[in-house]
This record gives sequence, C-alpha cells and structure tokens, in this order.
Amino acid sequence: MSILGGGIFKGMAVTLRNFVGSYFYKERLTTNDYEWRPDGALPQSIGDYPKEEGEQLSDTTTVNHYSRNFPMLLHDTGEPMDTIRCVACQICERECPPQCIYIEKSTEKIENADGKPQFYPAKFDIDVSVCMSCQICVEVCPFDAIVMNSQFELSTPDRFGGLLVRRDDLLKSNDYYHKIHPQEAAARDQKMADDKAAKVAKKKAAAEKAKAAAEAKAASAAEAKASEDKTEDAE
Amino acid sequence: MSTATAPNYELLQQEGLETSLLEISMGPHHPSTHGVFRMDVKLDGETVVELRPVFGYLHRNHEKLAENMTYLSSMPFTDRLDYFNSMTNNWAYALAAEKLIEVEVPERAEYLRVIMAELTRLVNHVTLVGFFINDLGALGTPLMYAFREREKILDLFEQASGARMMCNYFRFGGLRNDVPEGWLDRTRELVDRFPAFLDEYEQLLCENEIILSRTQGVGNLSRELAINAGITGPMLRASGVNYDLRKVDAYGIYDRFKFRVPYTDGDTGDCYDRFMIRMLEMRESVAILKQALADIPEGDIIGKVSKVFKPKPAEVYGRIEGPKGELGFYLIADGTTKPYRYRVRPPSLINLTVLRDMCLGGKIADAVIILGSIDIVLGEVDR
Repeated sequence: MSILGGGIFKGMAVTLRNFVGSYFYKERLTTNDYEWRPDGALPQSIGDYPKEEGEQLSDTTTVNHYSRNFPMLLHDTGEPMDTIRCVACQICERECPPQCIYIEKSTEKIENADGKPQFYPAKFDIDVSVCMSCQICVEVCPFDAIVMNSQFELSTPDRFGGLLVRRDDLLKSNDYYHKIHPQEAAARDQKMADDKAAKVAKKKAAAEKAKAAAEAKAASAAEAKASEDKTEDAE
Repeated sequence: MSTATAPNYELLQQEGLETSLLEISMGPHHPSTHGVFRMDVKLDGETVVELRPVFGYLHRNHEKLAENMTYLSSMPFTDRLDYFNSMTNNWAYALAAEKLIEVEVPERAEYLRVIMAELTRLVNHVTLVGFFINDLGALGTPLMYAFREREKILDLFEQASGARMMCNYFRFGGLRNDVPEGWLDRTRELVDRFPAFLDEYEQLLCENEIILSRTQGVGNLSRELAINAGITGPMLRASGVNYDLRKVDAYGIYDRFKFRVPYTDGDTGDCYDRFMIRMLEMRESVAILKQALADIPEGDIIGKVSKVFKPKPAEVYGRIEGPKGELGFYLIADGTTKPYRYRVRPPSLINLTVLRDMCLGGKIADAVIILGSIDIVLGEVDR
C-alpha cells in the first residue's frame, strides 16, 4: 500500500481482466447459455412458452439423470389402467412431507399386469402448488409405482383445478421412464425382477419345505402305525 | 454474561432547538439478501445508542412439523433451514438420527459426505463475502463473481442430487444415490481451479482501502463475550478461540484429513477478522477436498436401514461444524416412528444474540456491516 488507492487500482485490474476475459473464456461469464435452442436464442414470443415436452427433456442445462421435479405414476406396457402398478396402499400419502397427495382406494379389485387381482387408486391427485419435489414418495413406495418426472414447466393459466394433477395425467408408461432416466429405470427393473425371482424362489422353497414336512409326517405316521401293528402282533 | 450497556450520551443543546433521540426501524429486508429481519434502532445523530433485533417473520414451525412426521420425512425440511447449506443441514440431522438407529455408514458415503460438506462451505463463504461487500455498498461486482463460482458448485450438486439448493441428498446410513459417472473428475477440475479464483478474489478485495477502513476496528467482539454468548464457527475463531468441531469431535472421517484451523490472536475480533477468517477457511476447504477426492474408494453408498423405523427410547444430539457454526439436532425418541422432541440448535440465531453488543456506540452505517459479518440466514434463525 505504497500509494494511496493502490489497492483499489489492483481490484480494478481484476475487474478489467474479467471483463475482457468474458469475451474469450466461458468460465468468466456470469450467465448461463441456452445450448438447447439451435442458435442459443432466448424465447422470442409468448408462443414459445411453455416449451413442448420433448424440447424440455432435451434441455441439458436443466435436465440431467437425477432431475426430479414432479412425480408420475408408472404403468407397464399396455392400457394405462390395466397395467397400473399402484395398488393404493397410501404409504406415499402418509409419508409425503408437505401432504400434497390425495388417494382414494377402489372398492373392488381389478387384474394387474401379472393377472393378479389388486386394488387400484380410484382417485390419485397431487397438488403441484404444494409439492416440493423431495422424492420421499418415490423412496417409500414398495411397488415401484411412483417415480419422478423431469418436466419442469408446469405453469398453467388455471389457478385452481389446473394445479391439481389428476391420476390420468400422472400416468406414464415405463417406456417413457426409460427414455428420461435410462440408468435409474434399468436398475429399478432389475430390482423388481430380482424381487420377483426371490419371491418365486421363496414360494417354491416354502412349497418344497411344506411337501417335505408332509412327507416326513406321513412317513412317521406310517412308521408309528407299523410299530403299533408290531406291538399288536407281539401281543 | 456481560452485555454492553448503552454509552453515556449528551444530546446537543442549542437555544431555541429541541433535540431528542431518533428512533427508526431498519428493515424488514428482502429475503434474497439475509432474510426478513428488522432492527429497532435508537440514534443520537448517527451513533447507535440502543438496538433491538426483531425476528420471526420467517417462522415456519419447523420443529413442531418434524415432531408430527416420521424421521425420514423431515429430512427435506432440513434443507430449508439454512437454504445456502442444505448438504450440511442434512448431515447434522443424519448424524443425530444415526445415533438412534446405530447404523454403519459405508466408506464411500463418508468420503462423499465430506466432499459435499466442504463444497457447501465454499458456497457459503464465497456468497457470504459477496453479500458482506454488498452491505458495504459495492453493489454487484464481487457478489456476481462469487455467484459465478457458486453456480459451478451448484451445478455439481444438481448433477449428484437432482436439485441445486434443496439437495435432500443425505440419508440415514449413507446417501440417497451414488454420484453420476464423471462427477468426481468434474469436481477435481473445479477444486483445482478454485485457488486461482481465490487469488483473484483476494486481489480484488483484500487490499482495497475502502474495505479496510470500513471494516477494521468495527464491531469488536471480545474473546470473553464470544465464549460466554455461545458463539461458534468462524465468528468465534475470529475472536481468537481455536475451536472447530471438525477437530474437536472429528465426526465422520475428519480425523483422516490434514488441515489447519485459522484463528486470530483475539485482540480485536472485528469485521475485518471475520471477513478474513472466511477467506482463509476456503483455502483449507480446498485442501480437504483435494485429499478426499484423491482417497475416495469404490463401494456401497448406503447401509441397511428401513425407510420407516422405530428407534428405542433415547436422547441424542448430533452436531457438525456447519459453515456458520455449530449446527446441532437434538432428538428424543419415544419408541414410535416419530420423534417425541426435535430441536435444532441454529448457529445463525445464537451468533445473532451479540449483535446489540457489537453495534452499540458505533455508527448506523456500521450496524449493517456488522450484521453482514455475522453471516445469518433468516430461514435458520426463525425456523
């Protein structure tokens, strides 16, 4: 600090370096660039907004592998309501931290993708204006029925009804899930297949065990009878 | 606790003029700086003779909410305490709950936790310095440079956790998911480049005569008062106490890293000290990050924990050295899925309690700088 104001000039040299550098180096820019638009242009008219679904998902500045914005309900290949995974167990409704999920359980069962009769959600609404995208519902779901969508432009001109997303709008196919979160979807499918195999194996093991037990019981009964006969003979 | 008394003051006496103290209400301010906070100040000319902080505008019933939901469900709410540092908030809560359920955290998760916490410290300190200079009246430049660097770190958080600020990334027994491919390399690159930014930032600010004259000797906090008032974090170290929970508690795996704890000799404890301590701490965070990124092993990311659990009745306290000070979570479990009592020890609120003592006798313009140097976030003060 030999000359008065020397520190200020030193600081100004830094600002000059940043100003000039911002024309040549991207890391000196304080703004984000919009790579997802062909010429990097900002939306020009109101017609550009909100963006189409496909355009949103190709926005790599915002959407990545772990993006989570709003939940969606999964169904397997086929008609949505015939293959819905949700069985309306209402665990997510209970665990949801801001309490934004509203479920009504069906009164009768319908067959699910495996042909097993199951309950289904007669009503499954999520309030966009309350949801905080925390992903707790995804983590607690034992049926892998609810996952996060990456779509981020959920604005709507309707203040009331439009903010409550209904079951039929929440339903998305597993193929769509594979498209937006390929790794996570593959891992989830693998886990489900493993669980299913483990369940089948367990069932089989249980059945075999039961069979073996029954056989052993029959054998011991026969033995007991034989010994009884023997004693009778001896008498 | 010795608190400062209002200085003796004599009002200007002039014939024909009636003079009196001026009482003004400073704030409430916009949430994007420090938060919604108000000070009732009594002034004699420009000198502060009485100051009363008023807060509670951002009260969200955090503790009672958490007592009415399961342990896991309140994890996303901890993000919103100190919204700059969601990762460290998560960690403190996870530490407390892990004491209840006694789960082993895998090695890789421990390393990632340290990496996330130190990146968070960089985010916090770099923005704090920006806002602090902003309070001095330098609107824009330093803050924008700080935000530029912060944005790069937030991009890393987004790639790992899916959200920039409300990360909700820690889980009891580990982390929610592993980091994506190439994430560690990108982090290494950022960490390697960060010291160059710090050099430039120091060149921009540390010799600036205006900053020196505005901060040196302003808002002195003695070592004695800092200890008595329960001040923690960089503010305590700026008052000359060598106390850092990363060294004292060595929670997680902090005992494996070599780093120094910057602290002053405690002669002044003024705003300049508090500013410089943060600049120095960022260097140490970079050192920890380099070691953690070099040693991180492969492996599992989360231990075996069920999503909803019923811990045995117990009382636990988990604390970490957050960027602002000691952040603690005190839980009482009563054998159900919900905590019986859930209490947060917020560093911002407790550091704020000495605001009056530091401001009295100073100028009104200095009160703003002193508030800036405390480093508060009202989301945490009010909860």
